[in-house]
Amino acid sequence: MKIDEKSNYSEQLQPNPAKIGQQMDLNEVEAFSPWKDTWRQLRKNRFATTGAMVILFFILLGLLAPFITAYPYAEQNLVERLKPPSAEHWLGTDHLGRDIFTRIAYGARISLQVGFFAVTGALVFGTLLGVIAGYFGRWIDMIISRIFDILLAFPSILLAISVVAILGASLQNALIAIAIINIPIFGRLVRSRVISLREEEYIMAARAQGMKNGRILFHHILPNSIAPIIVQSTLGFGTAILEAAALGFLGLGAQPPTPEWGKMLAESRDFIQLAPWTLIAPGISIMLVVLGFNLIGDGLRDALDPKMKN
Amino acid sequence: MAAYISRRLLMLIPVLIGMTLITFSIVHLIPGNPAQTILGESATETAIKNLEESMGLNKPYPIQYSIYVTDLLQGDLGTSLRSKAPISKEIWPYIAATFELTLFAMIFAVVIGVNAGIISAWKQNSWFDFLAMLVALIGVSMPIFWLALMEQWIFAQELGWLPAYGRQNNRDPMEAITHFYVLDAMLHLDFSRIIGILKHLILPSIALGTIPMAIIARMTRSSMLEVMKSDYIRTVRAKGAGQFLVIYKHALKNAMIPVLTVIGLQTGVLLGGAILTETIFSWPGIGRYIYEAINYRDYPVIQSGILVVAFIFVIINLIVDLLYTYIDPRVKY
Repeated sequence: MKIDEKSNYSEQLQPNPAKIGQQMDLNEVEAFSPWKDTWRQLRKNRFATTGAMVILFFILLGLLAPFITAYPYAEQNLVERLKPPSAEHWLGTDHLGRDIFTRIAYGARISLQVGFFAVTGALVFGTLLGVIAGYFGRWIDMIISRIFDILLAFPSILLAISVVAILGASLQNALIAIAIINIPIFGRLVRSRVISLREEEYIMAARAQGMKNGRILFHHILPNSIAPIIVQSTLGFGTAILEAAALGFLGLGAQPPTPEWGKMLAESRDFIQLAPWTLIAPGISIMLVVLGFNLIGDGLRDALDPKMKN
Repeated sequence: MAAYISRRLLMLIPVLIGMTLITFSIVHLIPGNPAQTILGESATETAIKNLEESMGLNKPYPIQYSIYVTDLLQGDLGTSLRSKAPISKEIWPYIAATFELTLFAMIFAVVIGVNAGIISAWKQNSWFDFLAMLVALIGVSMPIFWLALMEQWIFAQELGWLPAYGRQNNRDPMEAITHFYVLDAMLHLDFSRIIGILKHLILPSIALGTIPMAIIARMTRSSMLEVMKSDYIRTVRAKGAGQFLVIYKHALKNAMIPVLTVIGLQTGVLLGGAILTETIFSWPGIGRYIYEAINYRDYPVIQSGILVVAFIFVIINLIVDLLYTYIDPRVKY
């Protein structure tokens, strides 16, 4: 890691060939910022930029859904049922004659929202619990860590199903379930990061200066833990979308006529031989969005965590 | 080592207690009256009273919980509301079905994943490396239930090569002995049946094994690349060993340590995660058992099913942890 940083500095400190022989003006040397460096690396990473473009495409598709689709997403038209892709219906129609492109576009809104809120929920609660456990240690850490252990003792989809079995099947409850199963993942990550930072000299220095716990946590420890959290959030976004689709597919998430992609797959299952396009479009949409987030996440990890660089 | 094992076992106790608290709460956190929810809107007062009586729902929570745990410790997993049979009696065939499916899915994942990872590391930055890692990336991004549906469509319905549903030809069922059907068919010495059962296993195993395969391939590749950089490999090379020998005899041993952990953990994940695959392929496993119980609001089955899976999951993780210290003596606790 040190070597990498040094090489970056030295690159920037290279004298401008045009000015060789003149005295170098140190003010012209661009200040080194880890964020700028990350951004530069991310832009160079072709996989990550592809991922970002895929996500951007689906964000636009969701945002512009009312303007680029010609049909309401729940409008049934039985005369037009199970029609293959055509000029009127770009991706064909489903068993109730609903336009699949329209439903995919509105579905993008749902999936991205579920991903966003589930990850945000898990992030907020996980980080909070992780910071408390890691920073204060002792019995607080003991209790919080055991709660994480217990939540992680359940395979994630089963835990989500338990939560939905309690709360009832709906998109909102699926979202809550996904947030809950992701809390310990963020929590453990933050906790271990905080524990390693707690012993750093600059934290000791801050404490010696008489800084309060809250200030140390929010001004020094959390900002230094942000990199792994960003990576996990990006990867978690994809997982959350997959989990929501799985719950939707099992009938434990979004309810009809919501155009949730997993639910669309479940509804079209019986028509797979007659009208395969009804299953191909939602499946590929889920895959592309998740792939997009995975590509960005991998790129971010490479850029933010120099230890992973090969 | 002994101290580590006992500490690891002690840490299991709060986790197990927590697990029972969660499964216990499944019934009690249902909004409104649980008995009413279980029986539906049209249930009569007496029916609700009777159910509350039989499930012990009319007692205070601490007493209910202590009864629940006492029953569990005696191996009593409750009674299914749907089949009226004791769950501990009827659950075994489902567990066996899931174990068998998981085993074959893991064989698929390990054989393909480890070898793809090794070749990728060996031929780093070649077209094979690129392609394998692309497939692995798609593998972890794909909804497995969609992959399962596509497999069913192409290989079962369009091409007709493989059966789309179930564990065996249901028109000619076999007398189950262990409920591991491949083993049972072997015990019956019925070779055509073994082939039939293996054919039923192919599609669901691939669907279930794809995600672990992708994870194992990526892990093997990065672990292998790491090991190949180490000094002892340079020494082996300096001695004049060929690339094949370097990789399979010397590098693989150390590179496999983190991969083995992933394999263990993924086995646990599959056991619980099989619910989607089992639903699509009508595989009578534990996931499907739980899923059907949800549709019938058979809460005792939901509770016990989830508890059993979580228990197996925890035990597998424990074994993985302990094996890790055994395989890699450099890890000191």
